[in-house]
Amino acid sequence: MTDRTEQAPTQPGKDARPIKLACRNVWKLFGSNAANFIRERDGKASMADVTAAGLVGAVRAVDLEIRQGEIFIIMGLSGSGKSTLVRCMSRLVEPTHGKVEFEGKDLLKISDAALIELRRHRMGMVFQNFALLPHLNVLENIAFPLSIQGQDRPTREARAREVIELVGLRGREHFYPRELSGGQQQRVGIARSLATKPEIWFLDEPFSALDPLIRREMQDELMRLQTMLHKTIVFITHDFDEAIRLADRIAIMKDGEVIQIGTPEELVVNPATDYVAEFTRDVDRAKVISARSLMRACDGAEHGGTVAPDAKIASFSASIVSAGKPFAVVNGTGKPIGEVTPQAVIDLLAGIDRSRVGA
Amino acid sequence: MTVTAGASEAKARPVQIWLIVWASALAAVLVVFLLQDSLPWAVNYPASAIVPVADWVSALMRWIKSNLSWLTRSITAVLGVPLDFALNLLAKNFKIGHGADAYVLPRLSWVGVCAAAFLAGHAAGGRKLGMLVGGCFLYIALFGQWTSAMLTLALISIAVPFCIVTGLFAGIWAWRKPWAERLVVSPALDLMQTIPTFAYLIPMLLLFGNSPVSAMIATAIFATPPMVRATMLGLSRVPSEIDDFSEMAGCTARQKLWRVLLPSARPTLMVGVNQVIMLALNMVIIASMIGAGGLGYDVLLALRALKVGEAMEAGLAIVALAIALDRLSQAIAHKQAKGHVHREVSPSFWRRYPNLTLAIAILVITTLLGLFVPAFAAVPKAITFTTAPLWKAAVNWVTINFFDTIEAFRVALILNVLNPLRAFCEGFPWLGAVFLLGLAGYQLSGLQLAALVAALTAFCAVTGLWEKTMATVYLCGISAFIACLIGIPIGLMASRSDRFEKIVAPVIDTLQVLPSFCFIIPVVMLFRVGDVTAMIATVAFAVVPAIRYTNHGIRQVPPALIEAAKVSGCTPRQTFFRVQLPLALPEIMLGVNQTILMALAMIIICAMVGTRDLGQEVFIALSKADSGRGIVAGLAIAFIGIVADRLFNAWTAKARARLG
Repeated sequence: MTDRTEQAPTQPGKDARPIKLACRNVWKLFGSNAANFIRERDGKASMADVTAAGLVGAVRAVDLEIRQGEIFIIMGLSGSGKSTLVRCMSRLVEPTHGKVEFEGKDLLKISDAALIELRRHRMGMVFQNFALLPHLNVLENIAFPLSIQGQDRPTREARAREVIELVGLRGREHFYPRELSGGQQQRVGIARSLATKPEIWFLDEPFSALDPLIRREMQDELMRLQTMLHKTIVFITHDFDEAIRLADRIAIMKDGEVIQIGTPEELVVNPATDYVAEFTRDVDRAKVISARSLMRACDGAEHGGTVAPDAKIASFSASIVSAGKPFAVVNGTGKPIGEVTPQAVIDLLAGIDRSRVGA
Repeated sequence: MTVTAGASEAKARPVQIWLIVWASALAAVLVVFLLQDSLPWAVNYPASAIVPVADWVSALMRWIKSNLSWLTRSITAVLGVPLDFALNLLAKNFKIGHGADAYVLPRLSWVGVCAAAFLAGHAAGGRKLGMLVGGCFLYIALFGQWTSAMLTLALISIAVPFCIVTGLFAGIWAWRKPWAERLVVSPALDLMQTIPTFAYLIPMLLLFGNSPVSAMIATAIFATPPMVRATMLGLSRVPSEIDDFSEMAGCTARQKLWRVLLPSARPTLMVGVNQVIMLALNMVIIASMIGAGGLGYDVLLALRALKVGEAMEAGLAIVALAIALDRLSQAIAHKQAKGHVHREVSPSFWRRYPNLTLAIAILVITTLLGLFVPAFAAVPKAITFTTAPLWKAAVNWVTINFFDTIEAFRVALILNVLNPLRAFCEGFPWLGAVFLLGLAGYQLSGLQLAALVAALTAFCAVTGLWEKTMATVYLCGISAFIACLIGIPIGLMASRSDRFEKIVAPVIDTLQVLPSFCFIIPVVMLFRVGDVTAMIATVAFAVVPAIRYTNHGIRQVPPALIEAAKVSGCTPRQTFFRVQLPLALPEIMLGVNQTILMALAMIIICAMVGTRDLGQEVFIALSKADSGRGIVAGLAIAFIGIVADRLFNAWTAKARARLG
């Protein structure tokens, strides 16, 4: 199940980015004597073993690598262990077994002081229920992590005002959390986590407590921020549509295990299990699948236009169907590497699965 | 019973076994009861076998007194400084120098204090609260109780911060170290809250003498537990995400506690502060017996001289003070819970804190004016009035017109109910009680509870206090029974009618804040001293939780269940008896438990009106400064409370488990 977790190379360029955070066979078991249990088995145990030992496996044998600057989404239903996993990554929860590497260094081995230092300057986290301090106003809440570091008031308030500007909360500096709407509160949460200029940004179901319209708005806001800031983002959600919208890559979790990691397109095109397929079934495929996945070798027919390999089908479906001719898929230098036929696009839009599509 | 038992024998077997066990146990005890003459040692604990715990305690206290007097003296000296300052500031005057040429700095002017009280109320809860709080203080001033009330207030204002700080640190410790909570803090809190208030006074009297300082220490010990509990509760209730956030922000352990967790727990902590203030007030009144002075002392003096009018006046001043302090601290707690509201931040101090600045200004100005205008320094005699003659006249009128009725009622109660019950209780074999209570503990929870209950009960007998213990149990039991008989129906009615609840709620709120002393005064006026007075005062005092918990229990039944019952075609009557009442039962039992504990606390104080039980034992010990006797009697009372509490809790827990 877990053997096909590593990503199939889609774009050679993406993999060149350095690995920011990696989990190596991370386990979190609850129950008495859990550490011995997993050490004796050398980090290998089946679900049945765990249950037989009377333990609860919140996170089991998770291996994943998050690259600098990517939005990595961990998707799973409630109880799948996604929250525990992200807390293992930040060491809010101490993993029972395995390694969590931050820029190649094992996070589980560093001292408390080093961990505090790391969290103060290089990690940020946003919470589902905002976790704002009720006794501080917006400005003080946002400046709080800086004040913990011992920055003086003018410096930290200047920085807080910068991020307030960034998330569009100007004019609310002196409001207290309970005076703000949910969306505004989460903007404060986001601003607060950005105030320290973190390199890795954990977002634990940040929009799940918001109603759908606001959620959508906040997703756009996140994308806007990411185009400016280029953080490494670990984003937890139980909402597959949200994952598809935001992710560079998605890890799908079930019962504490990661069952597949891949780009949204890979998940949709090649779901590893029926469980994954169940999620991807209702996805609007034209928005996820790119020309590369749909193309075939050129057979010499006349082309009605050209598209980039990464272009989503939805972006040219109307023009290709009205043109009635295949489009050439061209790489960066303008050389055709294949073609997409109108029939293939129509099949995709209609949901007809004529032979397996894919590269 | 036998018919159904036959039908569902397999199912009912455990019940049946217990039925047989209880029947035979009761029969055995009955045999012992009837065969008193042949088994005297099982009925009355043999005097020769009494363990002289009291003597040991006395010896220990004597040793502490003679060997640790340097410590107690230095504690007195250190605590005396802030206390004297507060006493001088509020009630007496600052005297610098000695004798005739001493220079006198005046205390705070009563006009200023009333104005400050108004402003505090205004700041915390708007004009209405300001009027109430200011009005209470003005009432105290105009009815000539100013100096006494300020003495009481000064003691409270020093004891309360002490309690809050101690309680906070103890709570933090218990929260951080689960073993400390389990082994030290929880048992200590249980004991501190079940030991009767009187019993605190004796060791204090012995160690620190008859002075305001020892009264303050007794008050501080008595009033700290709610703060400890509130701290533990508040810290454990902080959402886990806020905890995670503080970790992710890189807080050190200290930063996390002081800058994140405690401020987030502030609403709960403020509820604790409110309780601390009310308990401190209650205790300061009682501690007047060991030199606290103030309103409590006035009541005490008046009661001893049977000056009903004066006692009533001082008692009403206590009520006014209690209401003012309670409503004020509740409004502040409420404000905390609602959260902050932003406003323009202004750089200048007086703009940011207009009420505080104004209050300080008024206090300073009126106090300075008091140097020249005596009316500001002390409440002028001309504008005070006294209601004492009025109360006296009222009592006289009642006595003259209704003496026969009241007396007939009293005598009938004593002859037909109280005395037979008392005789039964006092004659109850101690061995039988130990056995039966242990059996109940075993059935409800297990061997551990059985052992605890039996050991605590045996303590009362072994120390030679069996008869007085049973006298306490009898009076407490009948009072609690009557309180429940009155309280539960009222609670039921309140739960079924919003209008009735609106009437009941403020009444029980007020009853709850009144110091226990206040309940005795009006009853003594009508029924004079004795068991009947104690019983009536106790019923009035202990009825509150029965009403409150019953009402709350019925109202908290989930509406979905009631709707489900209605949809299934239940009549309102059926809904009530078959759905609401069974579901509310655990909560109601909790109320009964509270009622019993409160009744126990009150019965002890009623020793002042001449009951013959453990309270009297403590009272005598207090007047003789016999520490061993007092402490042992106090422990016996605490143990009665603990036994009742544990058995009830075990029962409630069982009922809850059954309801799921």
